[in-house]
Amino acid sequence: MTEPVLEVSGLSVRFRTDAGVVPAVNDVSFVLKRGETLALVGESGSGKSVTSLAVMRLTPAPPGCEVRGRATLSRVGELLSLPEAQMREVRGSRIAMVFQEPMTSLNPVLPIGEQIAEPLRYHRGMARAAALREAAKLLELVGIPEPGKRLASYPHQLSGGMRQRVMIAIALACDPDVLIADEPTTALDVTVQAQILELLKALQARTGMAMLFITHNLGVVAEVADRVMVMYAGRVVEQAPVRELFRAPLMPYTRGLLRSVPKLAPLEALGAPLTAIPGNVPDPANLPGGCAFAPRCADVRKVVCEAELPELDAVGAEHLVRCVRWRELAA
Amino acid sequence: MHFPLPRRSPLGPRETVKAVDDVSFSVLQGEVLGLVGESGSGKTTVGRTVLRLMEPSGGTIRFRGRDITHLSRRALRPIRPDMQLVFQDPFASLNPRMTIGSIVETPLLIHRKELGRIERRDRVADALRLVGMSPDFANRFPHEFSGGQRQRVGIARALMLRPGFLVADEPVSALDVSIQAQVVNLLRELRAELGLSILFIAHDLAVIGHISDRVAVMYLGRLVELAPTRALFQTPRHPYTEALLSAAPAPDPDLRRGRIVLAGDPPSAINPPSGCRFRTRCRYAEPACATATPPLQEVAPGHFSACRRQELVLQGAG
Repeated sequence: MTEPVLEVSGLSVRFRTDAGVVPAVNDVSFVLKRGETLALVGESGSGKSVTSLAVMRLTPAPPGCEVRGRATLSRVGELLSLPEAQMREVRGSRIAMVFQEPMTSLNPVLPIGEQIAEPLRYHRGMARAAALREAAKLLELVGIPEPGKRLASYPHQLSGGMRQRVMIAIALACDPDVLIADEPTTALDVTVQAQILELLKALQARTGMAMLFITHNLGVVAEVADRVMVMYAGRVVEQAPVRELFRAPLMPYTRGLLRSVPKLAPLEALGAPLTAIPGNVPDPANLPGGCAFAPRCADVRKVVCEAELPELDAVGAEHLVRCVRWRELAA
Repeated sequence: MHFPLPRRSPLGPRETVKAVDDVSFSVLQGEVLGLVGESGSGKTTVGRTVLRLMEPSGGTIRFRGRDITHLSRRALRPIRPDMQLVFQDPFASLNPRMTIGSIVETPLLIHRKELGRIERRDRVADALRLVGMSPDFANRFPHEFSGGQRQRVGIARALMLRPGFLVADEPVSALDVSIQAQVVNLLRELRAELGLSILFIAHDLAVIGHISDRVAVMYLGRLVELAPTRALFQTPRHPYTEALLSAAPAPDPDLRRGRIVLAGDPPSAINPPSGCRFRTRCRYAEPACATATPPLQEVAPGHFSACRRQELVLQGAG
């Protein structure tokens, strides 16, 4: 269980835009172990999706986008410097991805059977008929009834939940070591979201794949994650095992985020106002100096917080926090 | 206000989508009624229909005691300022080529033609202040603002004519969590300050719970349950509400609990199941549930449920 399958270190992504250079991701490092789920949490613009796209080597080509750092996948090697031809062998085979919007990520004019068979034919060199038989098995695995008949269906004939199951079948076709799921349930209804989360957990237990689960929904995090990494304005601001993060968050941003989620329990709290974080997420092209959260932070001490960027401190073996005041605040 | 509105909107010569079928409810003066349902449940259609932005195929809509179901567009005009809409997507609902000031001013240009330029400017400034924005923003464009700020602009526009009734259609679902809480709180404050009645439409039960006095639950075009907020969360009486509550992931890793995972997807509204529309996914369904459509019945004071099996004790997620 403790064998690392993906090690990302010092990952930085910058976009060159008309408005100047935008540092979308800054110095992100993490380790993903076999069989575990690491949730990557953040609000829009926090850099969580760009982090995953950079690992998959799906960010735009330079000079529009510049990626630095290392991402080492076990049994493959360093991904960020891999020639594209070799990366193509890895992508969809050793490391796969499920996207948020299943309608726009599937090909609307190709039957789903062909789309599931594609990675098998490309990576495994299987013949079409054999790949389609395997595709039917995969459809059954992801819980689609009458898989043999469904192979000929087009995406528009399926519901959102079914389409997401097809996306998962495609991602899992070659039995990857790492699955990156980028907001896989955000576009789905809550009863269907529950089905997809159960499915992903069941498949992970079966295959031992590691999951990098990107979401903004803390309820989903509590449900699926073993460890959590919180991002704000392109940087990791806290990382901890899931229970520790929810029970004893240290970074004021994490605390604020947890407090601002509307909860169904306890019932007495239902009529009460929510605890919002004041202000807005900073513009990544125009980040404040020092701690990026300082302008919205209730615990800010201007002199220390705005002086320089806080380091990511180790609180314990598995708990990291980026806040100059965490010792005082924890007391 | 009382709106029984069975409506049928034709999609083609033979098929009919009963997007909303025989839905009755009322929003009381100063009350927030939450309307919750999944995609395709018809909640947005209900919101648009009560504002007469869509034509009901049957039923009546009463606004402040007056039947407005068949009023002509011209006859509706003087009523419009009193009933306003806040949209879901703060990016699509603001004209990118207009300044914030002119967006918020537009309702005055249509309905309050007698106001002079200076008076309009003052009212725009007041409206922006009301939603927590600086009047200095009036000369800026929507793209300069974040989602939460744009949603405040949408709310300012809706409140410009000082309506008594607001339909808020998923006003926070496009926003980040920390910002979502700001906008929910803003609506709570405005409601207390202005005595607004709000029909608050959302798919997120927890958000609904924090703003509503009563909650109505829709499934496939029908109301399945309607109750005071706390009663609905504490003792849901309809199996669908129970499943919906159990499916919402709680932000607490120690509550990873048994969940009622509904099998399958919601059926199509073009050809809904006979009898109770939820029966195909209901774990309590009996053969008799297929025969007749269960009416919404009062099961406790103010608590209505449309389940044939009134005696049912819901098991909860084990």
